[in-house]
Amino acid sequence: MRIAKWQELGEKGAVERVFAMNDKYSGLDAVLAWDKEAKSSGGKLAVPYLAKDNMATLKLPTSAASKILEGFVSPYEATVIRKLSEAGAMMVGKSNMDEFAMGSSTENSAYMVTKNPWNMEVVPGGSSGGSAAAVAAGIVPFSLGSDTGGSIRQPASFCGIVGLMPTYGRVSRYGLLAMASSLDRIGPFTNTVEDAARILQIIAGRDVRDATTLDIEVPDYVTGLTGDVKGIKMGVATDFFGEGIDPEVEKVVREAIEVINGLGVSQSEVSLPHAKYGLSTYYIIQPAEVSANLSRYDGIRYGHSAQDVDSLAGVYAKSRAEGFGPETKRRVMLGAYTLSAGFRDAYYDKALKVRQLIKQDFDKAFESVDVIVSPTSPTVAFKVGEKTADPLEMYKADLLTTPASMAGIPAVSIPCGLAHGLPVGLQIMARQFDEATLLKVADAYEKATADAEWRKQATKLQELGGNK
Amino acid sequence: MKLPREQVEWVAKLAQIELTEEEKSHFATDLSNTITYIDELSAVDVSGVNADNSQITGLTNNTEVDEIRRCEISKEEFLSRAPAHQGDYILVKKVLDK
Repeated sequence: MRIAKWQELGEKGAVERVFAMNDKYSGLDAVLAWDKEAKSSGGKLAVPYLAKDNMATLKLPTSAASKILEGFVSPYEATVIRKLSEAGAMMVGKSNMDEFAMGSSTENSAYMVTKNPWNMEVVPGGSSGGSAAAVAAGIVPFSLGSDTGGSIRQPASFCGIVGLMPTYGRVSRYGLLAMASSLDRIGPFTNTVEDAARILQIIAGRDVRDATTLDIEVPDYVTGLTGDVKGIKMGVATDFFGEGIDPEVEKVVREAIEVINGLGVSQSEVSLPHAKYGLSTYYIIQPAEVSANLSRYDGIRYGHSAQDVDSLAGVYAKSRAEGFGPETKRRVMLGAYTLSAGFRDAYYDKALKVRQLIKQDFDKAFESVDVIVSPTSPTVAFKVGEKTADPLEMYKADLLTTPASMAGIPAVSIPCGLAHGLPVGLQIMARQFDEATLLKVADAYEKATADAEWRKQATKLQELGGNK
Repeated sequence: MKLPREQVEWVAKLAQIELTEEEKSHFATDLSNTITYIDELSAVDVSGVNADNSQITGLTNNTEVDEIRRCEISKEEFLSRAPAHQGDYILVKKVLDK
């Protein structure tokens, strides 16, 4: 259900609906207090939302779905949360995720496994799986996620909703628990492209507290959604349709590309020869930065601290052993390995150079096209437990999303049909800081397919009580 | 293929994570599988590529006026989150023996 519909419910009605959807949800008092505060701030948005649990919030704990931060309440608030609060939005909770945003299925949470509202036997994707599932199930009209290698786009694809990863530096990460700092980005999950534009409008812009944000104009995204896309040039990323892509997924995506073509958007093939190294580059740079960023969880200043240890080194090693889950340990160790003396040149420094080659491929492609399209994920949502035994197989779920992460460009996943009865996502990528064109094309496609049969199933999921 | 046990122990030491015997065995397999996969980059020709500035949007310096700002977080708030503190100090285990 789109944001405008939720606004019609009124603030009280909207909050009541959240609770009607969740018989296990507790904390009504906190939300009502929030509601009151939001009203007094004069903001106009006045709808409930969820924030991924790796964003610092003052009134609710921030655990990043890790035992090492169980019950931790941040003494400060993320910029995105503050901006949404000023706009009147009511944060009704924190959403489940893979621990410290490492994973592609939300099965790495230390607390629970989130299921996909389309089919309770399959995963919602990850790492922002809780945020995606909640919007797909109609619990909230929008939510926030973070994307480092696909963590907004892939769950949006798996759950049949819109997931936007803005350009690196477009949205402040102040208060986002640092995971891989050269890649981390915050973006919205919504039911429509217009809603994504509305939320981006609120959260975008320079922040003195995040030195990677740029002081460049934030255009009026919503006004730009005219549906007129004639003259826009679309490139089809042929390198993204290779081995490992489910033929059913490919078919649905190719049909979507034809629909966009039919709206007056020209179509040509573009080559991104280094994009296939996106995954390897990601799994070097990401763990390396993780090993540095997560060194702060040491059992000394905050978070879990091991008992019955008599040395300082023992406090570090045991607190981290007890507090981190298996995937976090794997990545921290992998990063420590690739950054260690003798290996750094071969891995980290090499990956930084390959990253530049990936970026150059995109730069070259964007000389002749305005947007590049591909499937978001090689497959539809997989079964719970299907990939947990083999971490490398899980990593491969990020095959088509990591290239845009590496290049710093914006990318959105929008629903474009069903395969095997589950949602398929179309990924649209654009030049750095050109979210406007990306959203314009996505919106035009959405409008052109508004009456498609498969969209009715998505709407049905969101009927009150329909998710129980 | 498995990473040698000594190497897993060495990496765990660098990462400051205590591992159980079972974990050492699991991670040896997982890490070597991933390392074998990422080794594909060794074949990529990167001659002439400059990655001195890995800031992907090309930002170099992003400066602010150097002025003193009051910290919005109080000392008490910091201390209350520490596992152990005494007065204004966070308690840690001793680092050096007498």
